[in-house]
Amino acid sequence: MATREAAAPQPLRLRASRRRWGEDVVKVVLALCALVSVATTVGIVVALFEPAIEFFGEISIADFLTGTDWSPLFEPASFGVLPLVAGTLLVTACACLVCVPFGLGAAIYLSEYAQRRTRRILKPMLEILAGIPTVVYGYFALTFVTPRLQEIGLPVGVFSAVSAGLVMGVMLLPTVASISEDSMAAVPRDLRDGAYALGSTRLQVSTLIVVPAAISGIIASFVLAISRAVGETMIVLIAAGGQPNWTWNPLEAVQTMTAFIAATGQGDVPTGSTEYKTIFAVGATLFVMTFVMNLIAIRLVRRFREVYE
Amino acid sequence: MSVAAGPLRSDRPRGRWIGRLFYGFLLLSLVVGFATLGALLVQVFVEGYKWVDLVLLFEPPSADPQIAGAEPAILATIYLGVLLLAFTVPLGVGTAIYLEEYANRERWYNRLLEVNIQNLAAVPSIVYGILGLAFLVRGIGLGRVLLAGAMILTLLVLPTVIIAAREAIRAVPDSIRQAAYALGATKWQVVWRQVLPAATPGIATGSILALSRGLGETAPLLLVGALTYVSFNPTLLGDFTALPVQIYQWVARPQEEFRVLAASGIIVLVAILLTLNAFAIWLRNRYERRW
Amino acid sequence: MADVSINLAEREQQLPPKEFREVVFDVKDLGVAYNGNRALQGVSLEVYRNFVTAFIGPSGCGKSTFIRCFNHLNDLIPGAVVEGKILYHGEDMYGPHVDPVEVRKRIGMVFQKPNPFPKSIYDNVAFGPRVLGMTDGLDQRVERALEQAALWDEVKDRLKASALSLSGGQQQRLCIARCLAVNPEVILMDEPASALDPIATTRIEDLMHELKRDYTIVVVTHNMQQAARVADMTAFFSITRGEEGQRTGILVEYDATSKIFTQPSDKRTEDYVTGRFG
Repeated sequence: MATREAAAPQPLRLRASRRRWGEDVVKVVLALCALVSVATTVGIVVALFEPAIEFFGEISIADFLTGTDWSPLFEPASFGVLPLVAGTLLVTACACLVCVPFGLGAAIYLSEYAQRRTRRILKPMLEILAGIPTVVYGYFALTFVTPRLQEIGLPVGVFSAVSAGLVMGVMLLPTVASISEDSMAAVPRDLRDGAYALGSTRLQVSTLIVVPAAISGIIASFVLAISRAVGETMIVLIAAGGQPNWTWNPLEAVQTMTAFIAATGQGDVPTGSTEYKTIFAVGATLFVMTFVMNLIAIRLVRRFREVYE
Repeated sequence: MSVAAGPLRSDRPRGRWIGRLFYGFLLLSLVVGFATLGALLVQVFVEGYKWVDLVLLFEPPSADPQIAGAEPAILATIYLGVLLLAFTVPLGVGTAIYLEEYANRERWYNRLLEVNIQNLAAVPSIVYGILGLAFLVRGIGLGRVLLAGAMILTLLVLPTVIIAAREAIRAVPDSIRQAAYALGATKWQVVWRQVLPAATPGIATGSILALSRGLGETAPLLLVGALTYVSFNPTLLGDFTALPVQIYQWVARPQEEFRVLAASGIIVLVAILLTLNAFAIWLRNRYERRW
Repeated sequence: MADVSINLAEREQQLPPKEFREVVFDVKDLGVAYNGNRALQGVSLEVYRNFVTAFIGPSGCGKSTFIRCFNHLNDLIPGAVVEGKILYHGEDMYGPHVDPVEVRKRIGMVFQKPNPFPKSIYDNVAFGPRVLGMTDGLDQRVERALEQAALWDEVKDRLKASALSLSGGQQQRLCIARCLAVNPEVILMDEPASALDPIATTRIEDLMHELKRDYTIVVVTHNMQQAARVADMTAFFSITRGEEGQRTGILVEYDATSKIFTQPSDKRTEDYVTGRFG
């Protein structure tokens, strides 16, 4: 074997020959990339709350939060946000009626009943639902679901909370299913085997063992779905209506917070006008509502990850 | 109930019925999803297939539905897609590398950064639109231009890309990193020459899925002014409308013909997005590596 | 064991006497802690040039932690603290301004599980030279490294094939070649054969005998026969339990391999090598 060329010891130097500036530059550049996300959050907060605070300088916050009449464009203008909140909650409730039971059902099926191969096919197919643009769902609610509701004799008009809500529920079904299924998959095999060994049926194992063990993830999926429903815009803009309506009847047309923002913000509202500022006041309300729900969901998801991983 | 002598068949018909009912409910859950998907696709196709033609693809919009097309909107959507990839991939992958390879988890600001990104992923898209309206369109006076739309969509899908890229980077086994370090590679050499190449399929899949999500967005674009009549092909700093916004414009009109036109536009949009999704899934299956 | 003993006796004869040995590493009172838990404490020994030095001991005794101190690999673990000194040719490896990259250039490592990069065979071997800027005559360098690792004949016709297509034993020899390609002085091997079958293990052991002429080899093994077969010097590590039951690795005995296996001076070593413990 040839003798190694470096048989004579290399000059010994354990310090770096030069400072590796490149390494430092890279780290700074990467940190700057990460900073974009921070800047986004700061930007959102500033963009929303600065005009919102100005708005609340003109309109009392108590009137805003408790008023039941939202008519910023008419004289005398009235800025009670409750009709928009009610509209939002009404649509969200309709959506939950669909996505909570059926999303959970789909999750239980995929996690506890389906064969591995079936799951590998069904899961991506279900996620197609989440990949369809919301404007398409809006079109579908308006041109398909509403006429069907009318056919079965429900007294709904062209626009209604229920039509938008049901379609939104189907859209959110994969969200609930996929997060719930993840948390069920994290439940250790032994727990199931133990129950089966005691003679439990699949139904009992699913409902008495797996669902309770995965409950934090399941609740997280519900909270996230609600947050998405509250923040969803296009379906309600197209199919729920354009008039604020202080009602709890899902068959009526309502305007949600998001639909109001979209309808007002798309026009040429003069910057600085009270009307312009309503966008931000409503936007801030929306942001706070979803922000709280998102934090709860993130917490819950982290909890199920911690318990079983 | 004598267990020793009992038959192995269930002797509890009630329990069996509940089990079957439950199973039926589970199947129904899936059926709700798939039936809706099917009805949606059929409805769109039956309504709109007649008008998916050269007029739709190569003519500008018009007040007359017979000659109205969506060329400017389709082109703008393609431009938006290119810009979106060019902006989000470097930013998203850079952030993911920072979090996975450089950030010290013990530090509070890095943990905050993580929660911040998770939260941003769930902020309603319309809120991004407000951000765009306040900062880009009015604040720095960019105006209602395509670039503003692309930037807002970038911020919107960035968290998705970051989360996907982090997962891909995390899936690269530590033994690869250690081997590279042991050969005298610097941190960046390890990341650039070993970790990133190994994570590329996962990053690509995540980026394409995010792209598809961004291109289907309508609400934030409404606020940065995409809801205009544009009869010319888009430029970076000019007025624009995107395909989903064009569809919304048509849906919102009361005339039946425009609804049909909307369905035709949806066919084009969904075809683009499903192709992207299918490509992403193919990519994932093709390059999926088990370590 | 009989033939091993003869072999051992022969091998001790061949060892250069103490005054002719060149010290590569002089370890002085080394300790390692992970987040405050001591994994290793009070280790002092010398590693000699062109020797094979083996670290043996029960699992959890800190021998893997120890070997990772020689190339600063513990630095990658958050919360790891190294105390004490390792002098490398008299230079303090844990002194101020020591650059891990410079250390790792000179001290290569082979890991427990073969860990080739998911790239071609050629690119695996060429990675080290490339990142260290040794790209002149890269082809010859790769060829020589593969020859030294006794892998060249098996792969010369498919250098562009994926390294993952090789068998486990071949992958491990590729990892050895990869580490030889940057001309290190020392090769650290952390249980290099524990994931391999007996035939592949034999080839790795033969290779260690070959490589000893040009390199200094430090090997961690849980296999005592392997230590007896390949090592010139052997260090036996064990575990002590602290007052609260915390486990800390210590060095029990360090001597010529023949001495460790035939007439150990410590009772604990004797118990271990005769199979009464561990």
